[in-house]
Amino acid sequence: MAVLETRELTAFYGDFQALFDITFTLDEGETVAVIGANGAGKSTFLKAIAGLLPRPAAAVRLDGRDIGTLPAYEIVKLGVALVPEGRRLFSSLSVEENLLVGAYGRRRGGAWSLATVYQLFPMLRERRHSPSMALSGGQQQMVAIGRALMSNPRILLCDELSLGLAPIVIRDIYAALADIKARGTSVVLVEQDLAHAMAVADRAYCFMEGRVSLTGRPQELTRDAIHAAYFGL
Amino acid sequence: MRPEANKPAALGEGRHSPRFAVATATRASIIAALAVIPAVLILIALPAFADRALLQELFYVFTMLTLAQLWNLLAGSAGLISVGQQAFVGMGAYALFAFTIIAGLDPVLSIVLAGIVAGALAVPAALIVFRLRGAYFAIGTWVVAEVCRLVLAQVKHLGGGTGTSLPPDIAGSMIGLDFVRHLFRVRGPAARDILSYWLALVLVVGTFILVYRLLRSRHGLALSAVGDSEPAAESTGVDVFRTKFLIYVVTAIVTGMVGALLFLQKARISPDAAFSLIDWTAYVIFIVVIGGIGTMEGPIIGVVIFYLLQYYLAALGSWYLILLGALAILLMLFAPSGVWGVISHYFDISLFPVRRRLVVPERAGLRKESLR
Amino acid sequence: MLGWIDTLLQGILLGGLYSLYATGLSVIFGIMRLVNLAHGDLIVLGAFLILAATAAGAPLILAFAVVVPLMFFIGYALQSALLNRALGRNILPPLLITFGLSIIVQNGLLETFSADTRRLDIGPLQSASLPLGSGLAVGLMPLICLGAAIGVIVLLNSVFYRTPLGRAFRATSDDVEIAQLMGINNRSIYALTMGIALAVCAIAGFFLGARANFDPSIGPARLLYAFEAVIIGGLGSLWGTLAGGIVVGLAQTIGAHIDPEWQILSGHVAFLIVLVIRPRGLFPRAVD
Repeated sequence: MAVLETRELTAFYGDFQALFDITFTLDEGETVAVIGANGAGKSTFLKAIAGLLPRPAAAVRLDGRDIGTLPAYEIVKLGVALVPEGRRLFSSLSVEENLLVGAYGRRRGGAWSLATVYQLFPMLRERRHSPSMALSGGQQQMVAIGRALMSNPRILLCDELSLGLAPIVIRDIYAALADIKARGTSVVLVEQDLAHAMAVADRAYCFMEGRVSLTGRPQELTRDAIHAAYFGL
Repeated sequence: MRPEANKPAALGEGRHSPRFAVATATRASIIAALAVIPAVLILIALPAFADRALLQELFYVFTMLTLAQLWNLLAGSAGLISVGQQAFVGMGAYALFAFTIIAGLDPVLSIVLAGIVAGALAVPAALIVFRLRGAYFAIGTWVVAEVCRLVLAQVKHLGGGTGTSLPPDIAGSMIGLDFVRHLFRVRGPAARDILSYWLALVLVVGTFILVYRLLRSRHGLALSAVGDSEPAAESTGVDVFRTKFLIYVVTAIVTGMVGALLFLQKARISPDAAFSLIDWTAYVIFIVVIGGIGTMEGPIIGVVIFYLLQYYLAALGSWYLILLGALAILLMLFAPSGVWGVISHYFDISLFPVRRRLVVPERAGLRKESLR
Repeated sequence: MLGWIDTLLQGILLGGLYSLYATGLSVIFGIMRLVNLAHGDLIVLGAFLILAATAAGAPLILAFAVVVPLMFFIGYALQSALLNRALGRNILPPLLITFGLSIIVQNGLLETFSADTRRLDIGPLQSASLPLGSGLAVGLMPLICLGAAIGVIVLLNSVFYRTPLGRAFRATSDDVEIAQLMGINNRSIYALTMGIALAVCAIAGFFLGARANFDPSIGPARLLYAFEAVIIGGLGSLWGTLAGGIVVGLAQTIGAHIDPEWQILSGHVAFLIVLVIRPRGLFPRAVD
């Protein structure tokens, strides 16, 4: 049974409709990539799941239970954590405080703690007392992931992990993601970097103009099909 | 007021005929514009039939409406929420007393000069308070008003903290007073009321024309861009500072003239009355928000509601003020666009349209006719 | 010479009171970016509530101990019931709601307590002073007030910087959207913030009533002093706010020393000068 499911999910920014009837499933332990061009609605999709945007009541289900009416701060307590686009660390908090605040609303037991996050990203331990904004982009991304993990999520929503990072740093981040997956966490991965997304994903959804234009397993999707689904050519 | 459609937008031009145009006029606005002229003519002629009491009431309504329209321009259009407009009312009022009592100038001329004084105050005031953002700007303007009040309380020539009265011979020497006296065959005090009424009418009509033209000009477009998003406006080449500065100073000039006229009519001034937060800012804000901020129609409705409340309930004293405060809070919670906002939303009308609307001919015929 | 030293001392002590006025305003702005135009009137409300409790027979200390949590509760309710409904990008609704509130509180006090000037009866403390030698002395009550101002800042800073709740406050201040993703209910954080601010208002009201006369009309002036202290100190730092309060206090006592009529004006002028020379205040921290 799907752990996370959306049915005819719509989302609006004022009068502008950003998502049209998105139907989507994520199974336990699965990693699903959401790909698509800029403005296709990928980040909106994650925000709608996480509760940051208003959405139809029954459109989002966790273990079959409606979570479409819950506010964001309740959804995270049920085990859905978002790593936001652009990291968005708390600028007046130190690295360690950013991680600690990630555990603020924690209601779930699990493997993650300061110690295990530092194990995953050893270089954060050295910089634990630094202001979060003093870190490099890659390190900031690690803090953002660690901060989300501190809530012990069963589902991790990742928005553009590779954005603005050097290839070598991206490799480290994806190596860490593999570790996270290995612990049984389900992952929804929004990514512009096709190669990385397809390498780790079990399945992929391609979005175009707020609609799902293609779904399938990475190995079944041809370059041409993806290209067409991306740009509608 | 020229309620015509503006030139077709450049985007639609080319070898093909324009596919859309940008318009500000609506049928309702054309009717409104045609109705305004006879209405103003009737108001000009009103002293011939109306009694003194009515003229005095209308004088108060016109001055409050002028202040409201000016505050509306600041807050509703330029996003400059000031709670310190009493600085310019008081400064204009004191300037009038100084020009007439100390310099011996004519009161009517002094009103114009008082506006210039208020504008001159606005220049340094803007340079200081524009350093503050948003809500802090609001309190900053209040501090400026307090400084003015405290400074003028030190001016012994104008009565210091207790204030002073305008000698009767000064008010009796106004330009045009003899003309009014002969025209309507009335005595001095009645003639003064008529003249003050006309001056208030000039200010209110002049302010409407000024604001209307300003909002429909390129400055108006820049202004609404500033109101929507300052960084975005800046990035499209709008000089945010200059536009706001201009609005702030122009508003101060007219506000100062209203203050001068108000206290010419009262003939008595004190720092507490001239720089009253309640009288010249709280009431004015109330008028604007209850009518509908950001529209030209709003203050008209607001001043009518305010006048009725004042007429029937002002005797309640502080309970009246508590009621106004509670009304303002409820309004902000449940109908932040005010009475006119609700009306224009339900009936989709605009009498003094300052927005640019996109008119797409193919679809315009299909669209519900929005002009009633 | 001695007169001047005394003036400076009095100015610093007055600054303690202004810092208490300003701390609540500073906290509210720091966390919610909200400016409460009723702040001054709420300080006066605190003073009147303590007065009413003592008039009902409660000892002063008990009155204080009851009114501080009561004001916390009023602040919590005010934010939950009114101000949380007006959150958003547009600053006009919250600003005008607090403006309306200011008028309601002021006139409500006027109706309830009349326009008479009042003072809290603090017994022998009223005139107690600490001799400093060579004819100088400082009043004990003003000294306690400065101590309380420092105590409040130490307490608030230790909450903000040393507790999980404090981290939640700062995270909400930094990025309210992301804070919600951490399980932080921003609305309840805001309600707590207003509660804390009004509790500090009650403390400030106590010292206002203990140090000087008060009546229902003096709220707006307290708001302006508080605001000036916050801006002079620089947004985002409570110690900066204390320094700002002392600057305003010093400016006022120095002005009054030259001419008693210049007291209030000098404080305002000092504020405008700081705004011209250092628009971000003396100790800027937060990026607005």
